[in-house]
Amino acid sequence: MLICLKPLAFIICLIPVAQLAYGYYSDNLTANPIEYITRFTGSWSLIILLASLAVTPLRRLTGWNELIKLRRMIGLFAFFYAALHFSTYMVLDLDFDFAAIAKDIWKRPYITVGFSALVLMIPLAVTSTAGMIRRLGKRWQQVHYLVYPIAMLGVLHFYWLVKADIRRPVQYGSVLALLLGIRLAFRLTPIVKTWRAKGSTPLLPSSAAPRGRKEVGAGTERSA
Amino acid sequence: MLIKKPADIKSSEITPRELYLNRRQFMLSTSAAALAFTGVNFANPPAQAQSAGKLANVKKSNFSTSEKLNSLKEITNYNNFYELGTDKEDPAANAKYLTTRPWTVAVEGEVKKAKTYDIEELTKLAPLEERIYRLRCVEAWSMVIPWVGFPLSALVKLAEPTGNAKFIQFVTLHDPKRLPGQKIPTMEWPYVEGLRMDEAMHPLTILSVGLYGEVLPAQNGAPIRLVVPWKYGFKSIKSIVKVRFVDKQPAASWNMMQPQEYGFYSNVNPEVDHPRWTQATERRIGELRRRKTLMFNGYGEQVASLYSGMDLKKFY
Ligand code: HEM
Repeated sequence: MLICLKPLAFIICLIPVAQLAYGYYSDNLTANPIEYITRFTGSWSLIILLASLAVTPLRRLTGWNELIKLRRMIGLFAFFYAALHFSTYMVLDLDFDFAAIAKDIWKRPYITVGFSALVLMIPLAVTSTAGMIRRLGKRWQQVHYLVYPIAMLGVLHFYWLVKADIRRPVQYGSVLALLLGIRLAFRLTPIVKTWRAKGSTPLLPSSAAPRGRKEVGAGTERSA
Repeated sequence: MLIKKPADIKSSEITPRELYLNRRQFMLSTSAAALAFTGVNFANPPAQAQSAGKLANVKKSNFSTSEKLNSLKEITNYNNFYELGTDKEDPAANAKYLTTRPWTVAVEGEVKKAKTYDIEELTKLAPLEERIYRLRCVEAWSMVIPWVGFPLSALVKLAEPTGNAKFIQFVTLHDPKRLPGQKIPTMEWPYVEGLRMDEAMHPLTILSVGLYGEVLPAQNGAPIRLVVPWKYGFKSIKSIVKVRFVDKQPAASWNMMQPQEYGFYSNVNPEVDHPRWTQATERRIGELRRRKTLMFNGYGEQVASLYSGMDLKKFY
């Protein structure tokens, strides 16, 4: 199953690049191809980033554990499209005018947050190798919590750049809120169950119970 | 075959020779553009069927620029006309909804001769001229467009404004059936815009009813639109149904929505950035590199005097 799942996801993630290449050769990237490519790669970066955030909720809701093996690749593709997006802006749009780029990053809030998102993606990409995962151990997870602010900055970037039609950024933002909401629910469920179960025989499956208790315990300890 | 067709439409009659030669270059560059010049509007055949037609007796004008024209394909497939959709290609795709006959334009307010004009009458109000103007969008792209129209001043004179008339407000058609983008509350509909009276009377300011010698396509603001070449494109309101003479600075759509981003005057000004992007440079559609934006979009010699003594950083 996994054997075909990974190449399949790989190919799907490459479809937008193929579409772009085809559009280029058939002269179909609108009258303003640079703007088109910028928006296209930006959109796909954010969509794929949201897809990478959907992996864990999907896995837990469906119990299809193999999905987790796709997460790293999908995340790297989000970075790949973000890099294309930034390159389009830097090379095609502003022609390596670093003064103008620096001014944009400093002065234009939507570029400031877009740039922050891109910069924050770099440590995630760098630490995505098996070697790094092993070396960082527990800290790896902490580093990769960065994906939440990155996605929020990406949505904010989109929201701040539209002139009047906020429908698409709001849609992306809603998807992000949903994905984060599901995570919150997952986190809270064992805790709630633990509270409910307090004083009576634990009803929890043995795998979830200690984790929930530990978290509650840790929290109380710290606040005490 | 590509060489023969343009001779049939005699584009040399309506544009100076060097532009005509430019067009030939275009044709060679893309076959799509060549198709466009033959008058076959492949972009929206159904929409064009109802309004397509060559405009007769179009005079040339000294106000025209001799810069390289953008192709009909570019001008009719890359539009900001939110009433027909917010993506650049949407207006061409939705052009079919905007039927432009019958159509009337009400001239009202502070005038002695208030009147509702039929579009046919309006088109014959003054001799039609081809005005090849630069169009600078607030989004930092630009085009060179061969409009066909007549000076707005011709209509103003007929209306005989009273002493109270200080500004003119223009109103776009409000009809979500014909302008389906109005079903979506992106902005407050109908779209409105305004000019000060001296801006309205300026010889560069025209009402356009055509493009490339033909009747204006729906996505470009058919059947009649304003063109004010020294201001950002959004001032040049499309598909006008009301011309209202007023005594105070009237509401203008973008200005109302985000006053700190879009001023009432909105003169092209490379020194006043839009808060979200630079206005110092622009991309001419069809070119790769950005070029410097010119004060008043290059029409400073003609219009700068309208604003003498005004702080254009304040009145942006
Ligand atoms: C240095 C980093 C970045 C820069 C300079 C940048 C710049 C831009 C620019 C210039 C646009 C087009 C605005 C317009 O056409 O009006 C844009 C659009 C966009 N960008 Fe970025 N961006 C950056 C990072 C990112 C990142 C990391 C993401 C995603 C996570 C992203 C997602 C988007 C999206 C979704 C759009 C809108 C696409 C659309 O209009 O359909 N950007 N960005």
